[in-house]
Formats: sequence, structure tokens, C-alpha cells
Amino acid sequence: MAAAAEEAAGSGGGSPASARRRLRIISGHLRGSPRAAGQEALSPSPCKAQGGSAGPAAGSIPKKRQEILKWNGWGYNDSKFIFNKKGQAEFTGKRYRLGGMVLPTFKEWIERTFGASLEHKTTSRASLNVNDVPPSIVNEEFLQDLRATKISYSQDAEDRVFRAHGHCLHEIFVLREGMFKRIPDIVVWPVCHEDVVKIVELACKHNLCIIPFGGGTSVSSALECPEEEKRTIVSLDTSQMNRILWIDEKNLTACVEAGIIGQDLEKQLSESGFCTGHEPDSMEFSSLGGWVATRASGMKKNIYGNIEDLVIHIKMVTPRGIVEKNCQVPRMSTGPDIHHFIMGSEGILGVVTEVTIKIRPLPEYQKYGSVVFPNFERGVACLREVAKQRCAPASIRLVDNAQFQFGHALKPQVASIFTSFLDGLKKFYITKFKGFDPNVLCVATLLFEGDREKVLQHEKQVYDIATKFGGLAAGEDNGQRGYMLTFVIAYLRDLGLDYYVIGESFETSVPWDRVLDLCRNVKERIVRECKEKGVQFAPFSTCRVTQTYDAGACVYFYFAFNYRGISDPIHVYEEIERAAREEILANGGSLSHHHGVGKLRKRWMKESISDVGLGMLRSVKEYVDPNNIFGNKNLL
Amino acid sequence: MAPPTARGPRPPARPPQRAGQPGRGGVGPWAPQRGGRAAERGAARRGGARRAMAAAATTAAGRARRGTPMFSQKELTSKKRDEFEDILEERRLSSDLRYAMKCYTPVIYKGLSPCKPNAIKSVVLQSEQVQYVIKQLAKEMGESPDIIQEEAVEILDEMGHSMQLGTVRFFAFTLSKIFKQLFQRVCVNEEGMQRLQHAIQEHPVVLLPSHRSYVDFLMLSYLLYTYDLALPVIAAGIDFLGMKIVGELLRRAGAFFMRRSFGGNRLYWAVFAEYVKTMLRNGYAPIEFFLEGTRSRTAKTLTPKFGLLSIVMEPFFKREVFDTYLVPISISYERILEESLYAYELLGVPKPKESTSGLLKARRILSDNFGTIHIYVGQPVSLRTLASGRINLCPYNLVPRHLPQKPTEDIQEFVSDVAYKMELLQIENMVLSPWVLVAAVLLQNLPAMDFELLIEKTVWLKGLTQTFGGFIEWPDNLCAKKAVMSGLTLHSNIARLINGHVVLNDKGVEDGAVGEIVFKRALVILMCSTYRNQLLNVFVRPSLVALALQMTRSFRKEEVYSSFSFLRDVFSDEFIFFPGISLKDFEEGCFLLTKCDAIQTTQQEIYPTDKGSVVVSFLSAMFRPFVEGYQLIFRYLSKETKEAFTEKQFIPGVRNYVFQLLEKGTTQCYEALSSDMQKNALAALVQLGAVKKKKMSNGFSYSVNQEAIHKILDVFDARTPVQKPVAARL
Repeated sequence: MAAAAEEAAGSGGGSPASARRRLRIISGHLRGSPRAAGQEALSPSPCKAQGGSAGPAAGSIPKKRQEILKWNGWGYNDSKFIFNKKGQAEFTGKRYRLGGMVLPTFKEWIERTFGASLEHKTTSRASLNVNDVPPSIVNEEFLQDLRATKISYSQDAEDRVFRAHGHCLHEIFVLREGMFKRIPDIVVWPVCHEDVVKIVELACKHNLCIIPFGGGTSVSSALECPEEEKRTIVSLDTSQMNRILWIDEKNLTACVEAGIIGQDLEKQLSESGFCTGHEPDSMEFSSLGGWVATRASGMKKNIYGNIEDLVIHIKMVTPRGIVEKNCQVPRMSTGPDIHHFIMGSEGILGVVTEVTIKIRPLPEYQKYGSVVFPNFERGVACLREVAKQRCAPASIRLVDNAQFQFGHALKPQVASIFTSFLDGLKKFYITKFKGFDPNVLCVATLLFEGDREKVLQHEKQVYDIATKFGGLAAGEDNGQRGYMLTFVIAYLRDLGLDYYVIGESFETSVPWDRVLDLCRNVKERIVRECKEKGVQFAPFSTCRVTQTYDAGACVYFYFAFNYRGISDPIHVYEEIERAAREEILANGGSLSHHHGVGKLRKRWMKESISDVGLGMLRSVKEYVDPNNIFGNKNLL
Repeated sequence: MAPPTARGPRPPARPPQRAGQPGRGGVGPWAPQRGGRAAERGAARRGGARRAMAAAATTAAGRARRGTPMFSQKELTSKKRDEFEDILEERRLSSDLRYAMKCYTPVIYKGLSPCKPNAIKSVVLQSEQVQYVIKQLAKEMGESPDIIQEEAVEILDEMGHSMQLGTVRFFAFTLSKIFKQLFQRVCVNEEGMQRLQHAIQEHPVVLLPSHRSYVDFLMLSYLLYTYDLALPVIAAGIDFLGMKIVGELLRRAGAFFMRRSFGGNRLYWAVFAEYVKTMLRNGYAPIEFFLEGTRSRTAKTLTPKFGLLSIVMEPFFKREVFDTYLVPISISYERILEESLYAYELLGVPKPKESTSGLLKARRILSDNFGTIHIYVGQPVSLRTLASGRINLCPYNLVPRHLPQKPTEDIQEFVSDVAYKMELLQIENMVLSPWVLVAAVLLQNLPAMDFELLIEKTVWLKGLTQTFGGFIEWPDNLCAKKAVMSGLTLHSNIARLINGHVVLNDKGVEDGAVGEIVFKRALVILMCSTYRNQLLNVFVRPSLVALALQMTRSFRKEEVYSSFSFLRDVFSDEFIFFPGISLKDFEEGCFLLTKCDAIQTTQQEIYPTDKGSVVVSFLSAMFRPFVEGYQLIFRYLSKETKEAFTEKQFIPGVRNYVFQLLEKGTTQCYEALSSDMQKNALAALVQLGAVKKKKMSNGFSYSVNQEAIHKILDVFDARTPVQKPVAARL
């Protein structure tokens, strides 16, 4: 902690400044004078006023990420699934609703689904062995120049390893059992746009390679350092550029530094009574700049839109200079939208430093809900109808039977006999009275947001449609648990890894008429590939429809298997994932809906956007970054 | 006398899981999650092993496209085949009535419940595909969609099957009676049936039997009923509907009817295609049709038709199904029911129209003996495995799936490749009876042959056939003499043993006009050749090498290959060759000839060995009728003076021409009278560019390019060497 404080001091800032700033924002809103807000909007950002008096706001994630985040797994150090002394599954920590709860049926589910056994455990290395880490090779002249800028940096092994990876299975596996061949040589922490400009200039001067790092939640191998990169690799960590620069209440926009992470952005906006409503599943850790760079999508996009709908203005630093628009307007016709070169550029063109994003007043009322359908087909038909009538709630998701059972297995111990009696009654009603087959039925979870009255009206409309497709309302609680699980589910992989179970999720978007075929075929392909590759136990292969659009849906797959008896599980896993992706493409699905391409899915880019399309992107890259300073080798 | 081909004690049934198969660790962690029957579990396990094997094959095949055939010579010779079971044996022992009334609960596709025929029809009618075409046509013709919808309903009613269990039971009963009368045995490979059972539960299944006789039609249904499997729906020609009661009976037994040609009728095409695809997608019954399109009158496999095959493949291309199994089925007859009808037909006596009275008249054949039928249900072939890495599905992703879409060129090529592959698989598992060998020997030794010599030659040919991968059903303990004798007994209408000599049974030839003598002789020769023909596809590659060796009179490999290639092109409609792999075929031919020591090859040369000349001359003699026949037909065309002619003019013309030559005695090639050969020769010339085919309002018209024909004739007469094809790295 001392070290962090020192570093923070080194960069010439401090929490006092940020606290003062936040206070100012809040008080500004308290005054509620539009005039004041207008002034706020016009006031220049402190960092620009040189002198280094301003520093980053205190975010939820410290500069030394390893202090609260796992170095070899997902999320917070204090939050994880464990098996307690009684052999029951439990989720630790107090951060999530599930924290501290015992999950009585989960162990049995794992054993049944994966053929895994608690007796067969793998052990990860307890901590990072600094001696394994490739040395930091940085030329002294650059260091001198860097020091002159007063930008904070580190050549510490832990810092560098932490920024050498995202959260793909193979990356986590390497952390547990091996070491990356190539990692960044140095980590730098700019605190504002100007710092980034300076770093990019230095990189051009010394011919270095920059890899921007936001929240580190990439699942496309986008953060992996190209092994053959001979130049010094600079990891540009944007996490200290995390201030809200201004809020414009008249136009409902906010200008935010790109390093801010989702939870901080929402927390801080909510202090002023606003939100962006952009909630990707990774929002606890992922950053605004990362969302822009991957074309992210949020759970509640039905109300708030995806990142491309939210962004009003982007400022990006490239080796050619700064790219931005001259105004902040809702739409303009000035040739192809340059934002679309930036969104999804995955760090190959430059660093996004500031983003003006739409904001909305915080919703008055939120309500969860859930619907049980007799089978997946009916569920999809219902979602399609909801999309057709354009009455989708903030979020509507449909999980298949396997995932429904999985969710069921994560049910905490019931508190009272009464609840357990009610659960039993519910189950009886659905399976016996209504005749739903518990091995076939599936569940949709819903989230409504807005005015209380409108929400209730909206709710009724959606439930009416669901009834037409044989759906039965299944309670708020199930819905809420479903959404909570999306945050917790990422922690499960670490537990699985301890017991020879590896898994991953991947996603796609697909036209409505192909949703069912795609889901069925991809799951079947996974099962078939596992068999062929010698996987000893049938895999867990499941999907859910997570987003609805006018013309199609986003489908998310979870896939995991027990790898005991396989000598090279990661290779096998990758082959199967590749086959699954090929199946998706053959079924008319896209290469990615929101995860991006990175290096993991590069091989299909040509097929996806045609030769000419790829050439268009290449020529942009060649113009913007002729010396390949941003050399993470993503996308192209 | 006991049937001479009866086997000794039956070998013990093979254990269900062969040694060496990758076991799946006993407990069955792969057992279906929904908790199924033990049979299902077995299916999964076996399926796994099979798929692993198939996958290994695909990765090899996937690498190169057309270059590597989907059909390899190694499989041909080292293949181990399943044992047969006689399904009539039980019929002879127990009550047919009880059999027909037995409890019939077939396993079905992924637990789907069978769907009523009428339900299918309404699904088809309401489908986006059909509705789209109806709307299009309504717009184009300015008519109300209702009228066109009416039309579609009529088409569906004409086409649709209406399978009823009652009718099925009726057939089960009557066919038991009839089959027992007609045939000594109906033998089936039970392992094939087991594989089929598993396939039916996994993915939609398409049954692709060979087509030699009307018996094929209900034979498979009968078989599947016996084994308690889902009955197939069978694509039948519309002509059957001409038969009063029988047509309807067939319909109720699961036949659906397609018009012979409907290329121009978009509504018909849409309704038909959707009907077939709906049945396939729902997977409640296997679909059965004949790749050859019609019964082969010559017992040679006919070149495949692609229409129906491409329809059943489409749901997979559009990923409406995960996979589709194609099951090649070889049905071999020891004696074909229609043998004499076919011979007449080939000679130009028109085929009697399908009619109920005709069928009743034909009942006299019930007193005759038609030997044994062998049905070999091949390994189900996964369409997904065949397609892997071969086709680009992008075109299907860019157009809504219900719009009719012309298949791209690579899809067409793929469909054609699959069709040929399936036919080659049929051929591979055709069972050859000893009589087939006898017929082949006899036809080279006309008019009469010493019985002992015939036996000796037959035994020799048996060895050769087995070397070439032919599947001969000749029990180990059966002596040659008995085998030949039993063949002669069964086929006494073709050949007889007189005074230690075997002669063709051409009674009544002695007296009568010359024309009549020729006709009668031709009849019996064509009948006999029907049996020899069953050998030809096994022999064709080495034989064409042998012929090429004789034609070139040189031992240079390149030149022999050029001649081989030429012959392969000329005979491309006569025999089944996988498209585009001439060189592979050549190598296979050489390989087989080397294997029986008939030739020796070096880097550059191929030459017959001393003792190989017997083989080489036998092989070329076997195909001599085709070489001579084609030459006669080409010669006739080279004299053709008319500007353009139709097939209807061509066939009688060439027949008369050959007939006259036969009467004069200038040729002995009776087989050139066969309309089948005549049509194939014409088709070959079209492909070689020596004849132009033009579509006219009432069929096709042909015109001859004299120069090209003369060139081809010169090559045949070995007056000019074959124009060198690209002899790619021999």
C-alpha cells in the first residue's frame, strides 16, 4: 500500500484532489442550477492546466491491481468458490449477494455434469515466480525521456505479468502452470490525455511498441504480446485516467476519461443522479476505452443502446496525431463515420483518451422477472415476438435447459422451511400441474427499468406475449438470481480449473430464423468434437440468447469439460472452440457480437469481411500507424 | 437336392463391439443425459468409434479437394465384410399372419413421435418455401394465389404418401408368401441393420439402394419391418399410379410419387422439394430413393441422377439439420425377376406399361425359382464428414433460407461427387454369385464349352475376382462343380449342359428365318450378359489398362495412360468412375494387375508378364463387346447423313444397322443391339464433343461432327495414337 501511495505521489496527484473534485461535481448538482452545470461543462480539465496539481480519482481498482485482484484468475482476491470442510460449495467474500452462502446441490451438479471428483485436484502455483518472468529490456535513453515527463511507470515483474494477458482460458492456464514467452517490458500510467500524447511521441521517437491496457478483461487474446516483437513493449495502462471531466445536463452527455471502469463510472454518475446504462457483464473491471476499442455491448442495450449508440465524441491519440470530431452532435453526415474506425479498432490504431458519452437520469424503478417455457423453441419464439413488437425490457435473456439446471445448482441453502415449501409448491405446479418436463423446460429472465407505472404496464405486455407462447411467470427472485449469476459465473472457471474442468464462453449474433438451428448445431458440434478428441466425459455445452434485435439475436455459449486423461487439454480445448466457431459461421452466425476479434479469431476475418474489406482496414492502419507502434497484432 | 449354395453351420454372431475399438471406459460417461435405453447407450458408444474413424478419413480427404477421391483403392481390397442372415428362414418356420400382426414399435429419430401423412402435407403447404413460390407465380401470372394454392394441394395429393400400418401389415403378409415362393433365401447383413438402427436415432437417414428390379421397391420396407425399424418413405415414379389398386397400395405402404420430369414447373419443384425436405428435417422416417433413377436393365450400375440427392442434401447445407446419413444399400439378385423382359426391352420391344392386369398376368412366374437375394446395408456415410472443408456455405448465409436458390458450382460438383461415391459403395458390396462368373466365362466361349473346362475357368476367375476386391458369395465348403451346376440349374433358360458341353439355351434358333435367329440369339446373349455385367465395375479399371496396353502396342507408361484415359472417357456413361480422377483409376488398375502378376511396372514402362498374358487377354475379351459395340455405333453415326436426328430416330437406325451386319455375319457383337449401349455411346460422344446435343421443344436433337467421330474411330482402330492428355506426373 505504501508503494502505491508513493507512486501516486510521484505522479503528482493525490486522493485529496480527486475528492475535492468529486465534491465539486456533487455540489454543483446539488445546487441544481443549469447555469452552474453549464459552467462546469466549460471549465477546462485541471490536467491541461499543467503544473501537475490534478491526479486520478480514486477508483475501485488500485494501480497495483494484484492487491485486490487475483493474479491468476478472475476477479477479486476475496471472492471465490470453495468447497468447505463439509465438502459443500460456498462462495466467499461479501461483495456479491451470493457471498458467504452455502450451495448445497452444487457439488453434486459438478460431479454429475463433468464426472469430476473432489478427490482429483490440480494445484496451481501459489504465487508468481519472479525468476520465470522474462526480463524487462528498456533502453536507457527512453527511460530518461520518460522520467522527464514525470509519468509514473514500473518495471516490476508482477506489474508486467499482470498486463500481459486477458482472461482467455489459455492465458489463465499459462499463469497457473507456466509463463508467457513475451510480456510488456514496462508499464506506464498516464493520468491524462496530454500524458498519452507524450508517451506516444516518445514511442515514435524511440521506436517502441505500445499495447494499451484498460481493464484487462479481454477474451480474444488481444492483450497477449506478440512473441516475435523485438522492440520494447510498453503497456499503456489507462486506469489512472479515470475522471469524469464534465457533465452536461442540458444535452445529457458526460465527458469521461477513457480509463474509468464501469462500476466507478456508474457510481460516480449516480452521485449526480445519472447513469450511462451500459452494463457489460465485465462492468466491474472493464474500462470505457476498452468498450470503445472492442465495440462493447451492455446488458441493458434495449434501453440505453450499445457502445456505438452511446458515444457522442471520441478523442484518440495516434502516431499520426490526435483524431476527433469538431463538434458533439447526435449525428452528422460527413462521409463514413470516423468513430467507426475507432470503435472496434482493438488498440491497433492508438489510445482512446476521452469519450463523451450519453447519460440518462437514473431510473425510478427497477423490476426483475422470469418466465418458464416448456421448451427452448417456444422461448425463442417468444423472444422473437417481443423483438417484433419492439417491447423488449431493459434486458431479456433466455437460458436453455442445461443452464437452467446449472442455475438451479447454484441456489443457496434456503433460509426457512416456508421458502423451501414454497419452492416445492412452485416446482409441483410447473412440472406436475402444467406438465413441463424439468429436463426440457427453459427460463427467460427479465429486467424492467423506468417509471414505476410504465414498468408495470410494460411488464404486463411482455407477460401477455409470453403466455401466448406457453410461458409461465416464475417470479422476481429467479430473475434477479439469474442476473447476479452472470457476474459470479466468471468465478466458476477458477474453481473448475482446480478440478480438471476447463471451460470458456463465446458469443455470436445471428438472424432470428437461424437461432434455433445455430444453437442446436453448435452444441451438437461441441459434443461431437469432444468425443472425437478423446474427451472422456460428455461436455457441458449450453447456450443462452442474451440480446434481441429487430433482425436477430445475440447468442452466448458456455462450454466446459473434464480434461482428465488428456495430455494437452488446452490444445484440445482450442481445437474444439475453433470447430465451434466454424460451426457458428456455417450456420450464418457472426464472428463476434461484442467480444471482438483480437488474435484469437483473426483467421476468420477475411471470410467475415471480404478481402477488400480487410484491405480497407489495413490501409487505415498503414496511414495512421505506419511504423506499427501500436503493434499488438490484433484484428488484421 | 438341397440348395447347393446353402451354407454350413452358421458362424457365431460377432460380438457387438469389436476388439480394438477404442473403448469408452465401460461406465459410459457419455451415456445420454436424458437417460435412455441401453440400446441408445450402445449406439452412442459405437457411434463414437465410427465417427472417430470417419473423422480420420475426413481429415485426410479434407486436405485436398477434388484431387483425392472420396473413394480409395485400399478400402476396396482389404475390406472385411459382414456376415449374412437369411430372413426367410424364420418365415418358413413360423406363421406369416402372426408376423404381419406382430407388435411393431420402431425406434425413431431422437424421440420424435411419427407425424401423420396429412400433417406433413399441411406443413408443406404452409411452409415459407411453398408460399413464396405461390405468391411469386400469382404475381407473374396475374392470378389469385388461392388458385395456385389449389394447384399445390392437387400436386401434394398426387404426390404424398399415406402410410398406414394396416397396409404395411398386409404387405408383410403377402410379401412373405410371395418371397417364399420366388426366392430360396433373402440374406441380410445384420450388422448393417444394427448400424442403420443407430443411425436412424441420430440423424435423418437417406437410404440409397441399387435398383435392379421392382422387387427392390418393397424389399427394404419389408426388411425394416422385420427388424422393427422405422419404415422408409420411397420415391417412386408417377407411372405406378397408372396401376389401379396397386398404386394406392404402394402409397399406403409409404411410396410417394414424382413426375418423371418437372424441371420447368416451378410450383411442382417447390412442392416436391419441400415435401421431401420436410420429411427429412422432421426425421420421422428414412427417405428412400434410387440414385440410378430407374431399374438398370443391364444389371450394370447406371450413372447417377442428382436431382433428389441435391434436395435431400440441402437441409444440411442450410444447417437445418446437424447431419444427414446416406446409407448405400446393395441389393443383388442371383436371378433377376425381369431378366427376359429387360432383354426384350433392350432389343426394342417396348416395355409393357405398368398395369394391374399386367402384374396379375405375371403371377405365373411364381412357380419359378429365382435363387437368393443378398441385401448389404452399407456403413452410413455422414454427409457432414463428406462436406467438411469442401464447400463454402457463404451463399446460403446471404439469402433467406426459404428462397429457392440455384446451387453454386462447387455445390453441384459436390453433389455429383457424393452421388458417384455412393454408387461406388453400392458396387463394392454387391454380392456376386458363382453364376456371374460362369456367365462371364461362357460369353467368351460361345457357342459351346466343355463343362470341365468351364468349371476350371470359373474357379480361376473366382480367384481373380477376389483379388480385385469382388464380393463373391461362395461358401468355403462348396465344391466348384456343384456351384456351377446349381447356377446352370437356376438359369436353365439361358444355358444348359448337353453331352458334357454347356451351350446357350437358344431353342428354336435352328428353324426360322435368319432375322428371327439373330433376334433369339441376341435375346439369350443379352440375358447372359446381364450376369456378366455384374462383374464389370469390379474389373473395369484393370481391364481398361489391359485394353490400353493392347491398343497402344507400346509399353511406355505415358502412352498406355493416354489410351486408358481415352477409354475411360469413352466409357464414362457405361461404367461408374469417380469424376476427375483418371490417374488414380489408372494407378488402381495397374496396382490390381500387378497384384495378380499380370503386369510389371517400372518408372517409365508397363509390360505384361509371360503368365500374365492369360489375364490380360481374358480381361480385354471381357470388355471386347463394348469396344466393338461402340465402334459399330460410331461407324453407324459416321455414315449418318441427316443434319439432325432425335434419339427416337437414332435407336432404331443403329439397331437396324447392327442387325444387318449380324445377319450378314460380318460381326458377332450381339450386344451392340442393346439400346442401353447405344444410348450410352451417344451420350459419350456428346461429352467428347463429337455429337452436338440441342434442346428442342419436344426433346433433344443431335447432330454429328463427322471429323471428330472419324478421329475417335481411328484411335479405336489404333491407326492414330491418342492425343496426349496431360499425363500429370505418372
